[in-house]
Amino acid sequence: MSWLAGPDAALSGRRRAMAKKPLKLRLTHLYPKLMNIYGDRGNIMCLKRRCELRGIEFELTELETGDKLNPKDTDMVFIGGAQDREQRLVAEDLIAVKSKAVKEAAEHDVVVLAVCGGYQLAGQYYRSADGSELPGAGILDIWTVHPGPDAKRFIGNVAVRWDGTTLVGFENHGGRTHLGPRARPLAAVVAGHGNNGEDGTEGAVYRNVFGTYLHGSLLPKNPAFADFLIQTALQRQEKGFRLVELDDRIEEKAHSEAVRIATRRAIIG
Amino acid sequence: MRRTAAVAAAKVAAGLSRRFRLGGGTALPGLVAERIDPEIISGLASSLGQGSVLVTGTNGKTTTARLLRNVVHAAGMETVANRAGSNMMRGIASALVESSGWSGGIEGGERKLGVFEVDEATVPEAAWAVRPLAVLFTNLFRDQLDRYGEVEYVADVWRKAVAAWPKLAVLVLNADDPSVASLGKQVTGPVVYYGLEDPSLGTPILEHAADARWCTACGAELSYTAVFYGHLGHWRCNRCGNGRPTPDIAITGVTTDGDGMALTVKLPEGEFGVRTPLAGLYNAYNVAAAAAAASAAGLPVTAIEKGLASFTTPFGRQERLVVAGRDVQVILAKNPAGLNQVLRTITGGTDAEKDLIFFLNDDIADGRDISWIWDVDFELLAGKTRAVTASGRRAWDMALRLKYAGLEPVLRVESESAEALRSALARVPEEETLYVIPTYTAMLEVRDVLARRAGRGAFWEEARDG
Repeated sequence: MSWLAGPDAALSGRRRAMAKKPLKLRLTHLYPKLMNIYGDRGNIMCLKRRCELRGIEFELTELETGDKLNPKDTDMVFIGGAQDREQRLVAEDLIAVKSKAVKEAAEHDVVVLAVCGGYQLAGQYYRSADGSELPGAGILDIWTVHPGPDAKRFIGNVAVRWDGTTLVGFENHGGRTHLGPRARPLAAVVAGHGNNGEDGTEGAVYRNVFGTYLHGSLLPKNPAFADFLIQTALQRQEKGFRLVELDDRIEEKAHSEAVRIATRRAIIG
Repeated sequence: MRRTAAVAAAKVAAGLSRRFRLGGGTALPGLVAERIDPEIISGLASSLGQGSVLVTGTNGKTTTARLLRNVVHAAGMETVANRAGSNMMRGIASALVESSGWSGGIEGGERKLGVFEVDEATVPEAAWAVRPLAVLFTNLFRDQLDRYGEVEYVADVWRKAVAAWPKLAVLVLNADDPSVASLGKQVTGPVVYYGLEDPSLGTPILEHAADARWCTACGAELSYTAVFYGHLGHWRCNRCGNGRPTPDIAITGVTTDGDGMALTVKLPEGEFGVRTPLAGLYNAYNVAAAAAAASAAGLPVTAIEKGLASFTTPFGRQERLVVAGRDVQVILAKNPAGLNQVLRTITGGTDAEKDLIFFLNDDIADGRDISWIWDVDFELLAGKTRAVTASGRRAWDMALRLKYAGLEPVLRVESESAEALRSALARVPEEETLYVIPTYTAMLEVRDVLARRAGRGAFWEEARDG
């Protein structure tokens, strides 16, 4: 047991902030009221915290149905998960009001993070258990098929290999996602089901658009991925920009414990 | 004959399971009985002379069922009831078998009323088997997400079930929960609504954890004039006019002090006051729910008044005990809305700095998906705590959440529950309170550790009854 007090100092970040105009991360959260079921708030809290501790200004814009997105006004777009009913409402609005702007932003290398239901909606289409097809926003070249009401739902802890390290989280989806030629997998499954339970892939990437089934919340206990997203977004403003390190002792411990639990269950189960 | 054989075999199984202390003993007799006689539940339930009441919903089942049993006892009857957590078909079968004699019938059945706590997805099947007088739906929150996939799935199961029960039972519905209240529109039979009436108890805005804030009729966002607990409150759809039904049974006043609450309960027959050691608006709902179910089952007002007042807290729901000169309060954490209420109750009293210990497990009974902790407003605790410990299988996930809430300077992490409890208690000054907040399976561990340390023999029995 240990007392885990300790300043989250980021002195170099502050010094930098004094030296010149501070950088600013403008995050757009799509449908925070409708798409919020898996602790997605944790992802927003994480991005805000990891920016502000480094003296990076953080600006959050929340867009609901009917609200328009200006692709030039955002550095990062986040969309979370929802239940089927909310997902249908969102799908309509996403296509009618926002998908063109999100696509334009994506082509200009704005970072987009789509989790769970948001990941499915970002694809070409979602075919539900009853066979009906819900068109997606077409931001990612993926499609998702629910094999039917009796199919096994993929529920459980997940650990995946990403960029030389691991990501860890929880998945809960009935749909099986497949990647087209214009998307590449985000990660390789170590434990859990991932995109479809067959090809060992998890998530999808196109330019700086990242889709994944992992929630839990995803970013707080995957600080390397959170920083990668922030850095990628800010490198559009300042080439070669590097984030300073933070005191991530609790984050790293939460990460490694979750990986241990996910992989142990995979061996048993 | 088959029934007699089923009951006898189940009784033998129960005896063996007690004798050898097998785990899951409460479900085993039911499993055996159902194997031999698949109709065992309907057969035995029909010999309950006073009928039965089913209690379902996400939060409050156990406390409400317990309150209701007290009312039944105050009315001079006996109860047949399943144990907390044993709330699938076999748990009900076990309870019925336990109340039966070796001849295969309920003993003294004419004086008995069944009070069964039923799992959300099991209630359609249970209602057809038990044929209850009343079915109580408390609320629908999202703690079962990873079990059933989606809250919407449970809502749909309920809608289809009640539509298929023409006049099967009185529906007792929480008027303040939009998805529960809307069940009343599906039926032609009798409905009793209950709710909280005093808007001054609530807040005008939904907390983050709120789940059902969309109109079940037209999908528009609901507006609230008062929010009491999660998405429970005085709601209305401004688009289609769908709104909260007027409750038949209501809590019209709540005063909270250090020993619990004083409530004013309004029934169609009149009002009365009741004192209870329970605290928090979620428990005011449990009291209203029990009063409404008792009223729907035709129990007399005098018994309702007496029964509600005779409540002692079941362990783990909200138990107080003294360990090594410290006051220990154990409060079960199940989901974001419930835990927000708990945190609000703890921090809402005195300004003194509080000592807390959280146990986060991720077994099926806890919810395997722990992402819900990110929807809890632990920020309420910032600046109000002396020490906070994170424990349980997911201690480090909890620690990270508490770090985000600004509690890192007072935070300790200890995964092993007995050690965590020991050192947390040691740091609490004498005569002060340690708040112990476990998820379900952690509560069972904590209960054992505390029972040994408190040396309180009676409370294991009480816990079993809870």
